[in-house]
Amino acid sequence: MSGSATIDRQAAADRLRALASERILLLDGAMGTMIQRAGPDEADYRGKAFADWPSPLKGDNDLLSLTKPDLIAGIHDAYLAAGADIIETNTFNATRIAQADYGMEAQVGEINLAAARLARDAADRWSAKTPERPRFVAGAIGPTNRTLSVSPDVSNPAYRAIEFDELKAAYAEQARALLAGGVDFLIVETVFDTLNAKAAIVAVREIEDELGEAVPLILAGTITDLSGRNLSGHTTEAFWVSVRHAEPLAVGLNCSFGAAHLRPHVEALSRIADTLTLVYPNAGLPNDLGEYDETPEETARHLRKMAEDGLVNLVGGCCGTTPEHLKAIADAVAGLAPRAIAHLEPRLRVAGLEAFEY
Amino acid sequence: MTESPAIARFVNIGERTNVTGSARFKKLILAGDFDTAIEVARQQVENGAQIIDVNMDEALLDSEAAMATFLKRIAAEPDIARVPVMIDSSRFSVIETGLKHVAGKAIVNSISLKEGEEEFLRQARIVRRYGAAAVVMAFDEEGQADTLERRIEILSRAYRLLTENGFPGEDIIFDPNIFAVATGIPEHDRYALDFIEAVRILKEKFPLARVSGGVSNISFAFRGNNRVREAMHSVFLYHAIRAGLDMGIVNAGQLVVYDEIPEELRERVEDVILFRRPDAAERLLEIAERYRDAGGKVAEEREEAWRETPVEERIMTALVKGIDRFIVDDVAEALEKIGSPLAVIEGPLMDGMNRVGDLFGAGKMFLPQVVKAARVMKKAVAWLTPHLEAEKAANDDSGPKGRVLLATVKGDVHDIGKNIVGVVLQCNNFDVVDLGVMVPGEKILDTARAEKVDIIGLSGLITPSLDEMVSVAQAMEREGLALPLLIGGATTSKAHTALKIDPSYSGPVLHVLDAGRAAGVAQALISKEGREPLVRETREAYEALRRARAAKPKADRLIPLAAARANAVKIDWSDYAPPKPAFLGVRTLADHPLSDIVPRIDWTPFFRTWELSGNYPAILDDPRQGEAARTLFADAQAMLRRIVEEGWFTAHAVVGFWPANAEGDDVLLYADEARGEVLARLPFLRQQVAKREGRPNFCLADFVAPKASGIADYLGLFALTTGHGTAERAHAFEEAGDDYSAVLVKALADRLAEAFAERLHERVRKEFWGYAPDEALSNEDIIKERYRGIRPAPGYPACPDHSPKRTIFELLDAQTRAGMRLSDNFAMLPPASVSGIYFSHPKAQYFGVGKIGRDQLDDYARRMGLDLETAARFLRPNLADDPFDPAAGLDPAA
Repeated sequence: MSGSATIDRQAAADRLRALASERILLLDGAMGTMIQRAGPDEADYRGKAFADWPSPLKGDNDLLSLTKPDLIAGIHDAYLAAGADIIETNTFNATRIAQADYGMEAQVGEINLAAARLARDAADRWSAKTPERPRFVAGAIGPTNRTLSVSPDVSNPAYRAIEFDELKAAYAEQARALLAGGVDFLIVETVFDTLNAKAAIVAVREIEDELGEAVPLILAGTITDLSGRNLSGHTTEAFWVSVRHAEPLAVGLNCSFGAAHLRPHVEALSRIADTLTLVYPNAGLPNDLGEYDETPEETARHLRKMAEDGLVNLVGGCCGTTPEHLKAIADAVAGLAPRAIAHLEPRLRVAGLEAFEY
Repeated sequence: MTESPAIARFVNIGERTNVTGSARFKKLILAGDFDTAIEVARQQVENGAQIIDVNMDEALLDSEAAMATFLKRIAAEPDIARVPVMIDSSRFSVIETGLKHVAGKAIVNSISLKEGEEEFLRQARIVRRYGAAAVVMAFDEEGQADTLERRIEILSRAYRLLTENGFPGEDIIFDPNIFAVATGIPEHDRYALDFIEAVRILKEKFPLARVSGGVSNISFAFRGNNRVREAMHSVFLYHAIRAGLDMGIVNAGQLVVYDEIPEELRERVEDVILFRRPDAAERLLEIAERYRDAGGKVAEEREEAWRETPVEERIMTALVKGIDRFIVDDVAEALEKIGSPLAVIEGPLMDGMNRVGDLFGAGKMFLPQVVKAARVMKKAVAWLTPHLEAEKAANDDSGPKGRVLLATVKGDVHDIGKNIVGVVLQCNNFDVVDLGVMVPGEKILDTARAEKVDIIGLSGLITPSLDEMVSVAQAMEREGLALPLLIGGATTSKAHTALKIDPSYSGPVLHVLDAGRAAGVAQALISKEGREPLVRETREAYEALRRARAAKPKADRLIPLAAARANAVKIDWSDYAPPKPAFLGVRTLADHPLSDIVPRIDWTPFFRTWELSGNYPAILDDPRQGEAARTLFADAQAMLRRIVEEGWFTAHAVVGFWPANAEGDDVLLYADEARGEVLARLPFLRQQVAKREGRPNFCLADFVAPKASGIADYLGLFALTTGHGTAERAHAFEEAGDDYSAVLVKALADRLAEAFAERLHERVRKEFWGYAPDEALSNEDIIKERYRGIRPAPGYPACPDHSPKRTIFELLDAQTRAGMRLSDNFAMLPPASVSGIYFSHPKAQYFGVGKIGRDQLDDYARRMGLDLETAARFLRPNLADDPFDPAAGLDPAA
C-alpha cells in the first residue's frame, strides 16, 4: 500500500509537465453525479461506523469514502478505465466548514485520509497495469460554502460569515490529511471567491514550511455569470493576476456553465497563463429541471474545438459528466497537440475586480 | 498637462482615503461614518484614480479594525473595487490585516530595510505569500535617505536582496522619498531635483521595477495655499514623469494642467523644483500670496465651461447630458436669436435629438440617458408650445414625421415597455397616440381611423395577449385597413408574429425586438424609399420561418397522458409528516411597511426593463453600459427612498392555508380538518414530453400527499400588490412631461411586488407555515431560490393557465381584503401584483409543463368545467396540436 507521505511530489509534477508537453492530459469527471447514479440511501451513508449518528447523513458524499469505500473506488476505476490521467479525491466538501452541516467536523482528518488512500490505491493499480501511462492523484479542495469577499447580510455590507484565518486553518487541516494520504498534488477548485483561493494558497505555503518540501498546486476558478466574472466580481484576467504568485502547476476553469459558454474565458486565460491550462466544464447548462443533459458527444465536441485551437493542456468534466463523457473527451482530443505555454513579459500587474498592467 | 505617451502611462494613486493626509477622511473614520468614507473612495475613482491608497495610521484608532472594515466595505462597491488597492501603513501588522481583506492583487506601501535585512525579508515573504506587489522605501538601519547617493545605494541593496529571495523584480516599486522644498532651509533645496535624478538612475539600473512617490509632500511649505501647491505638484510631475516616474499618490481631482498655470507662477515654481537659482524659494514666496485662492474652484469652473459655448451647442450638450436645469433659458435665448419657435425645434433641438439618436444607435448612449434627453426635450417643447400656437396660423402643415398609435391589448395591464417605445418615438419626432392599457380592439381601430395614424403598435406581456393581437390583426383585415402593424412586448416573438399574426393580416406586420429598434422601423415605414424594402424583406423572412416550421417534424415527442401519470414524481409518503401551518384560513397583511420589502429587491430584472442586459451588481461595472447603469441605479435609489419615506405606494397581501390532498392531478382544498367538504379543486397540468429513464413527468399535484394516503397535507395561496398609488404617481409624472420618472416609478413598483413576494414567502417558511423557522439565507441565496418549498404562479411555466387566479382570488377574497381585481384575461389589477400557490414538500421544485397533447386538453377542460374551445384558448401556447388555432384556415403562403 502506497498511501504514505513518502511521495516525491516534485518528481510527480515534473513527470506531469513532461507528459503534458507531449499530449493533452485528462482529468476525471464528476464524482457527485456518479454517486447520485448509484443512489446510496441513508443506511449506506451511515455505514456501521455512524449507524447511531444523531442527524441525517444522506447527502454527505465525502463521508462515503469511509462508509462505502467500494463505491468510491469503483468510480475512480471507471474514470481510470475511461482514460483519466489524473483522478480527484472524493473530498470536495471535506473541510470542517462544509462538514459542519452534518456535525462531522471531528471526522475531517479521517475522511480526507481515507479518500486520499482510495484514490492513491486506484491510481497505483492502473499505473502498474499501464506503466507507459502513469496515473496521478489530485487532492480536491472545494471552495467551502462561505465567502470571504461577500456579505451574506444585505443590511451590513461589512459583515462576513467567515474570516481569513479561520478559512485558512480549515484548508490547512484538509490539505495536511490529503498529503498524508499520499496525493501527488492539491487542486483548489471551483473558486468562486478569489480571496478564498488566496487563503488556500497561504495555507499550502505554510504547510510547505512545516513539511520542508514543495507541494504542487493546481487552481481552477469558476465563473458565475455570463459576463465572465466569479462571485467576488473578478474577471478571468483579474483572477489569474491575483493568484499567479502561487506559481501553480496548472490553472484553469471548471464547473460554471457548459463548455460552449466557457470558451471566451478559456481563451482569455490561455493567452495570459504562463503555466499549463485546464478546463473541466459541466455537462452543459442545467435544464429546467436542474439536470445536466449535455451528451458525451456534445461536451467532447466543445472541448475538441478548444484543443484544436491550442487553448488547453488538461481537460476533464465537472457536474453532470460521467465516464462515458470522459471516454468521448479522450477520443476527441487524442492525437491533438497540447497548448504551447504562454510567455508573459515581466511587468507590474495588479488587480481590483479588473486586471491592470503598468 | 500636455499629452505625451509617458504621461498617458502615469498612474494616479488616489490619496484622499488616507487618515494621515486628509483631515476630512480622518474625521469620518474616527466617527465610524464608513458610509461617507466610502463616498470619498468613490469620488477618487470617479476623478480618475487608478489605484486607491488606504491608510488608517492614527493613534486614536484601532487601525487593524478600521483597515479591515473599510476594505470589506469597498469590496461591496463594484465601481470602487474595480481598481486595485494600495495598503498603506507604517505598521506591518496593519498591512497584514489589509492583505487578508483584499481579493485582488494589491500593492503594499511600504516595506524597507529600517529594521534590518532579516525583518525586511520576513515581511517581503509574507507580502509575496498573499500575492501583493510592494513599495520599497529608501530607508535603512541608519534612517531615511535624503541624498541622491543614499537613495540609490539603499534601493539597490533592497532590490538585490528581494530578487535573490524569489521576489519578482516587476513587483517592486521604489519610493525614493519626496520631501518638502522651499522650506527656507538650504539643505532642502535639492530635494526635488535629487528625487527626479534618482528616478532617472533607478529606471536605468532596474528596468523591471517601477518608481512611485507621495507627491503632495513636495509642497508642504505652502499648506493653505492650494493654488500654489497644485502648481508645484503639476510642475514636479511634469519633470519627474519625463525622468521615468511611473506612478504617484496624488489628489486626482486637483491636478491642474501644466500649460494652464500662469506663466509667472510656473516659472518661479519651476525654479524651485529644478533648483535653478539660489533665491528660488524666496522668489516663489514673494508672489505666492497673490495666487492664494480657495481650493476646488478650478474644478467647478471646468464643469461649467460648457455654459460658455454658443446657445446651439449648449442645447446640444444639455440634451446629450440630460441636464434640464438651463434648458428653458437656453431655448428662450435661441428663440430670440432664430425668431421662429418651429425653427428652434427643427434646428438646435432636433440636431441635439438626432445626435442623441446617433449616439444611441452607435451604442455610446444607453436607454436611461435617452429617456433623460427626452425629458429635456419635452421641457423645451412645453415652453415653446404657446409660441408655436401663435405661429401656427401662418405655418400650418409642418407637423411631425408621422403618427403612431400605441396600445397594450385588451386584458393586459403591462405598459412599461410600451411607454419606453413611446418616448423613443417621440424623441425621433413622431407624434404618439398612446391609448394606454387594456385597450379593446374596436377602440384601436376607431382611433386609428379618427386620428389618421400611420402605424399601429401593439404591446403585451402575458400569454393571452398573443391571441388578442391575432384578434386585432383579424379585425384590421376584416375592416380593410392597410396600416403597418408593429408587435412588441415580452411575450411576443418573431416566430409567433410570423406564424400567427402575419397570416391574419394582409398589411405589413413587423415584430420589433426592443425599444431601440422601434424608431428605425417606424422611420423606414413612413419613408418613401425605406418602406418597400423593409416590408418585403420582413415578409420574406416570415415566409421562410413558416416554411421552415412546416417542414420541421414536431420537436417534442409526447407520450399519452396515462403514461405520463404513471411516471409521476415518486414521493414516499409513508415516512413523511407534512408540516401544519400556524393558522388555517385567510390572513391579511394590510399596509405592509415598504422598508421591510426593499432589501429583498432583485435588481437584475430592473436593469433588463431598461434594456441594460447583465447581472446586478456586475452591470454597474460594465465597461460599456456601466455608466448608464450607475446613473439609472442612483436615480432609482433616490426615488425608492422617497417611495418609502413619503409612502407613495401601499402594499397589501393576503395569505391563506387550507387542509389539502391530491386527487389525481388535482389538489382538493377542504373547508376544515375533517376533510369532508371540498372548498375548491385546483386542476394542474402534467408534463407530457417523453423523458429520459429515471426522470419523472412533473405535475404540481405530485408535491401534495394523495387523498388515498390518509396523510393530512396542506396548501397555501397568496395574492399581494404594491401597485396601489403607482398609477397616480406615474400619471402625475407624465402630466409634468417627465416620462423618465413615470417609467421609473412603474418599474420600481414591479420590483417591489416581486420583493414583497420573496419577503412574504420567507415569512411563510419561517412563521406562517413555519417549516423552516431557523432558515438563515443571504439575499442572494433567496434570489437563487435556495430554500425549501416553491410558490408557482398561474401563467408561469409550472402552471401555464392564468385562469386558476380566479379561484385563488375568490378563496382569498383578494378584492375586499387587498383591493385586487382580475381583468377579463386574468391580468391582475393594480399592476405590480403577484399571486400564487405555496407548496411545502422538500422535493417541490419548479419546472415547465411544456407541450401537452389533445388527451390532456380534453381531460383538463373536463376537470376545469370548461368547454373545449375556452380551455384551448387558455392553454394555447402549450398545445402541441391546436384544434381551434385562430390563424388556421388561412393559407400561410398567401
